[in-house]
Amino acid sequence: MTVLRPRDAAEAVALYAARPAALPLAGGTDLLVLWTTGALNGRTVLDLSGVKEWRSIRKTVTGLSIGSLATHAELRGDPAVRREFPLLAAAAAAVGAEQIQNRGTLGGNIANASPAGDAFPALAVYEAAVVAVSRKGQRSIPFCEFFAGVKKTNLAPGELIASVVLPYLETRPRRQLFRKVGTRAAMSISKTAAAGLLWVGPDRRVRELRFALGSMAPTVRRLRAAEGLVKGKRLGRELAAEACELLRRDVSPIEDARSTAEYRLHVSQNLLADFLLGTQGSH
Amino acid sequence: MPRPPAGKVGAGVARVDAALKLTGGAKYIDDYRLPGCLHGATLRTAIAHGRIRKVSFDPAFPWDQCCVARAADIPGANNVLFIEADQPLLTEDKVMHPMQPILVVGHPDRAQAYEALKHITVEYEEEEPVLTIAESLAGKKLLRGEDNVFKKFLIEKGSVEEGFAPADRVVEGEYRVPHQEQAYIENHGIAAWVEKDGTITAHGSLQCPYYVHKALVKIFARPPEQIRVINAVTGGAFGGKEDYPSLIAGHAALLALKSGRPVKLIYDRHEDMAATTKRHPAVVRHRTAVSRDGRLLAQDLVIIMDGGAFATCSGVVLSRGTLHATGPYECPNVRVRSSVVATNTPPNGAFRGFGVPQAIFAAELQMERIAAALGLDSVELRRRNAWKVGTVTSTGQVLKESVGALKCLELCVQKSGYTRKRKEYAAWNRSKGKPTWRGIGFALCHHGAGFTGSGEVMLASRAAVSLAKDGRIKVLAAATDLGQGAATVFTQIAAQALGLPAALVEVEVPDTALVPNSGPTVASRTTMVIGRLIERAAAGLKAELVKAAGRVPQDRAGLRKAARSLCDGGPARRFEVQYEKPEDITWDDQLYRGEAYGVFSYAAVAVDLEVDRLTYEVKLRKVTTAQDIGKAINPVLAKGQIMGGTAQALGWALLEYADFRGGWMRNSQLTNYLIPTFADTPPMDVLLVEEPYSRGPYGAKGLGEMPMDLSAPAVVAAVHDATGFWFDSIPVLPERICAEFIKAERPL
Amino acid sequence: MIAFTVNGRKRSFKGPPFKRLLDVLREDFGLTATKEGCGEGECGACTVLLDGKPVTACLVPVCQAQGRKVETAESLGRPGRLNPLQRSFQENAGVQCGFCTPGLLMSASRLKKTDPEAVRVGLAGHLCRCTGYMHIVESVSKAPSPLRERSTAALRGRRALARRKR
Repeated sequence: MTVLRPRDAAEAVALYAARPAALPLAGGTDLLVLWTTGALNGRTVLDLSGVKEWRSIRKTVTGLSIGSLATHAELRGDPAVRREFPLLAAAAAAVGAEQIQNRGTLGGNIANASPAGDAFPALAVYEAAVVAVSRKGQRSIPFCEFFAGVKKTNLAPGELIASVVLPYLETRPRRQLFRKVGTRAAMSISKTAAAGLLWVGPDRRVRELRFALGSMAPTVRRLRAAEGLVKGKRLGRELAAEACELLRRDVSPIEDARSTAEYRLHVSQNLLADFLLGTQGSH
Repeated sequence: MPRPPAGKVGAGVARVDAALKLTGGAKYIDDYRLPGCLHGATLRTAIAHGRIRKVSFDPAFPWDQCCVARAADIPGANNVLFIEADQPLLTEDKVMHPMQPILVVGHPDRAQAYEALKHITVEYEEEEPVLTIAESLAGKKLLRGEDNVFKKFLIEKGSVEEGFAPADRVVEGEYRVPHQEQAYIENHGIAAWVEKDGTITAHGSLQCPYYVHKALVKIFARPPEQIRVINAVTGGAFGGKEDYPSLIAGHAALLALKSGRPVKLIYDRHEDMAATTKRHPAVVRHRTAVSRDGRLLAQDLVIIMDGGAFATCSGVVLSRGTLHATGPYECPNVRVRSSVVATNTPPNGAFRGFGVPQAIFAAELQMERIAAALGLDSVELRRRNAWKVGTVTSTGQVLKESVGALKCLELCVQKSGYTRKRKEYAAWNRSKGKPTWRGIGFALCHHGAGFTGSGEVMLASRAAVSLAKDGRIKVLAAATDLGQGAATVFTQIAAQALGLPAALVEVEVPDTALVPNSGPTVASRTTMVIGRLIERAAAGLKAELVKAAGRVPQDRAGLRKAARSLCDGGPARRFEVQYEKPEDITWDDQLYRGEAYGVFSYAAVAVDLEVDRLTYEVKLRKVTTAQDIGKAINPVLAKGQIMGGTAQALGWALLEYADFRGGWMRNSQLTNYLIPTFADTPPMDVLLVEEPYSRGPYGAKGLGEMPMDLSAPAVVAAVHDATGFWFDSIPVLPERICAEFIKAERPL
Repeated sequence: MIAFTVNGRKRSFKGPPFKRLLDVLREDFGLTATKEGCGEGECGACTVLLDGKPVTACLVPVCQAQGRKVETAESLGRPGRLNPLQRSFQENAGVQCGFCTPGLLMSASRLKKTDPEAVRVGLAGHLCRCTGYMHIVESVSKAPSPLRERSTAALRGRRALARRKR
C-alpha cells in the first residue's frame, strides 16, 4: 500500500492525475474501515489532509464557500453556517457522534455518495454546488446532479472536490426543517432524513417549497412534484395530503437491513405533512 | 476502647480496581506483551450443515512461516467437555453450523495469520440445514437423537384439568423472543503457552477458570495439575464468556503445544459476534384459567427454546426458564412442558438471566392480557396473585422467608407515580396537538439465586481466606470480577467478618494454581454463595487470630506477628471451607419437585416512555425499579448492576436484533447490531429493598441477573399504554408500530 | 518517518504510514490504555485526543498524526494521584469492567457542558454495556468543571513560569 501526501491543492491534483486509481483520503472514517478488512491491500491512497486551502469556510458575495476538508464539527460550530444555513449545521451535528464529527469531512461525505449521507438533504434544499478540480481546471456541479447512483458520483477521473458553495437565501424562509430518522438516538444511519424550506407570500400562498429526502432513493431526492403542486396555493389539509401522495413520484424507498419501504414512505409523508401544516415538530 | 473498624458491609465503597482501570494500568489479555508469540486465526465453516470433503492449502503461500493446528494434533479428546461433550474442538468432518472452527493458524504477524486463512480452500458436501424451532420440531432432518431435542422438562402441580373447569375466563397467548448478543465491549481473547515443566497455561478473558480447566484436561489428556487457567482483567462477559473460552483456550493451547511458542488468540468484533453464543430465542405459550375476581386458577404452559447446534448449557437454561415460567404468582394448578431443540445455527448459551428473561417476558405479558380480559388494572392483578411467605411454588417449594415481591411492587408503584401517570398520559394521548403518545408499563419478576436444585450440592464449591507470613490477608476464590465488582464485595465481606478495615484484605487473582474451585461465576451466585463461603472462611481465621493474639490485630504489623504462630513455619495459613447443603432443602431431579432454589430475589419495574407521532420512534423517559436483593453489601455497585442489566433489557426490547438468515448472523458488527447508547438510555431510579435471607452473607441474595429479566415486558406494556397496540414479540421497532397504525388506518 | 507528540513526548514511527494510530500506540509505543472494541469507529473504546479533539484511533492512519499532538489516558493522573475527573469516576462508580473507561475519560475531559443532558449527547460516541450509563453521567456531572480545571492549570503554569523567570 502506498500513501501519497500532497502539501497543497496543485500537488494533490497533479498526483491524482498521475494515479487516477488512487483512493482519496480525507477524514478516514469510511476508508479506515475498509483498510481493516484488507480491502485496501495493494492500493494507493491520496491523503488530502495536508491540503490547507480546502479546509476553510469563507464568505463570498453570493454565498458561503465550504472547503471540502471542513469537518462536521467545524460545520456544526461555524457561526456563518449556523446563521445562514442552520439545516446544514443541524445535519452536521447528526453525523455519528463527537469523534466522527471531529474527523469526517463534508467533501468525504459527498464523495462517498452513500444514499444516507446526512448532509445531503440540507445541501439539496440549499441548492448547493460542488466545485470539482482537476488538471483540466475547475467546474461547478449542481448538488442534485452530482450523484450517479449508490456510492457513485459524476466526478470525472482525476477530479477532486475542492469546495461546496451554498448561495445565500434571498429571504428568510417562513419554516425550515431538518429531521434525521435514524436507527437509534445517536451513532446511527438514517432510515429517512428530511430537509425543508418554505416561503409563504403575504397573500398566504406558497411562494416556494423546497423539500428533500435522503435514504429514500439511490441518491438524495428533491420532491419536485410536490414542490410544484403547492406553489401558489394556500396550505391546508387537502393540499398537504395531495402533496404526500405526490411524494411517491420522486422516491423509491427500499426494504433493507435498517428499515422497511413502508415505514420509510409513511414516515416521510408524515414529516412532509407536518411541515406543510406546521403542526408539531417543525422549526 | 475504640470500636473495631468494620469492613463496611452496606457501604458504597469505591471498587478496589477502579484506580487501575481509570489510568490504563489494568491489563486485559491483549495488553500483555508475549515475546516471540504467534497470533492465532481460526478457519471456520462457510456452510450451515453438511460435511467437509477436502481442505487444501495454496502451495504458493509461505506455509513454512505458519503453524497450522488441526484436529489430528489434539493429544486427547476432540471435544469441549462442558455439560455434555458433543461439541468438537475442531471439526474434521461433520458441519453443524456456520462459523464452526476447522483449524487454527498461527503466525508472528497477526495480519498474516488472517491472510493465511484466505489461502485455504474447503470443499463441502452440503445438506439442507434446520434453521428454526418449527423446522427442528417437524423433524425435517435429525441433528440430534430421535427428535432433535436436547432436553425436556415437565412440571406438574395440582391438576390443570381441574383448574380449568371452574374458570370464569380462559386466556391464551403466544409470545416470542429473539436471540440477544452479549456485546461486552472487550472481545474474546486468550493467550496460551506451555511452561518448561510441561504445564499448559491459558490466560485470558473468561468467566469460569475451572470450566476451562476441566475442558483442557480432556483435550490435552493431562493430569489436572498440568493445566493452569488464569483470569485476566475481563472487559465484560454477561454469560458470553462462560463456555466459549474453553474452545478458544483449546485452540490457543493446541497451537502453543505444536509451535512451542506462546500464542495469542484475540477475536475481532465480527468473529466474536458471528461465532460465539447468544441468548436462546424462545416461543412460550400460555393458557390460563382465572376467576372473575382475578385469581389464577390454572396455568398450562409450553416453552420451546432454540439451542443451536450443540448442547452447551441449553438444558440448564431451559430448566431455569421452566422453573420461572409461572412468574412470581401463586397458582394451585400448574403444568409446564418445555424443550430445547437443535438447529444448524451457532450454539446458544449463557446470557444474564439464563432462561428467565424469556419466561418472564411471556408471563408478564400474559398478566397484561388477563388483566385486559377481566377489565382489571394489571398491577392490581399482580397484587392479588404475587408470592408471599407461605406461598407454594410450582415445584411444591414453600417460601419460608425473604419474599419481597409485594414490597417491590408497592414501592415501585409509589415512586414511579404509576397510577397518576396512567391518567395523565391517557389525557395527553387524547389531545390532538401533542408530538408524542405517552405510556407507562409495569412488570414484576423473581429470580432464583444460585444453581438450580441440587446444582450447588454437586458443585461443592470451596473458597478460602489466607494469612501469609508477611501479614497479608487474601481471599482465595475462583469467582472472577467481570466488572460486576466481585473483588470489592469479597473484600467487604471478608473484612467485615474479620472485623478489619477492608484495606487490609486483598483478593487473589483467579488462577487455578492458586485458588480453590469455587465453581463458575454465573447464576447470581457470587455474592450469595461464594460470599457466604468467604464469610465462613474469614470467621475461621478470626477465631484462630483471637486464640493466638487475644484479639484480631488491627494493622499489618500485628497481623504479621500473629501470622508467625498461625503459619507454623509455612508461607501462609489457609482457611478453606466448602458449601454445605442446608438440611431442610430437598430436590428431586427426576420429578422436578422440591426446593428449586434456596431463595428467590424479586423486582418490580415501571417503564415510562413516549412514541413520536410522526416517526414512531420510542424515547424512554424514565425507568423506576425496586429490587429485593436481601442485603446490598455495596449499594452503589448493586445499583450499577441493576442499571446495567436494565439497559440490556431495554435494548433487547427496543433495538437489538440478531439478523439470522441461513444460519448466519448477518449483522455481526456494532454498526448494525445496535445496542443502546448514552442517548438511548433513560435516567433510572433504583430502589433497593432488603428482605434478608438467613443463609446469605449478611442477608444478601443474588442480584446480577434479575435486572435483565423484567424490563422488556414493561416496555411492551408501556408501548401499549401509549399507542393501544399489543406486541407479542420484540424488538418493538418503529417499523412495527408504524405497520400497526397503517393496518388500523388510524390517522395522526 | 512520521513524527508527532504523544502525551507531551516527541515520538517517531518508521513503519507503514497507513498503520492505525491505535496499533502504533499499543504495539509500537506500549501504550495499552487505549482499547480496541470494534475497529470501525462505533464503540469509542479507542478514543484519544488529536490536537485536543476526541477521535477514534482505529480510524486514524498514523500518517495523519504527522506533526500533531496525541493524548491518551496515560496522560491523566496515576493510581496514587488520580485527576479530579478520574476521582469522580472512582467515587461515583463510573467504572465497571473498565474496558470503555480510558477512551471515555478522554472525551469526558473535553466536554464543555457537563449537565446530564449535555453529557448524554457529548459522550454518545462511547458504548458501555455494563453501567446503563447513569453512573458515568453522574461521574462526569459531579466532577469539577473541566473548563475551570484547565484555566486553573494554565494559571498555575503561568505562575510557575513567572516564578522561574524571577
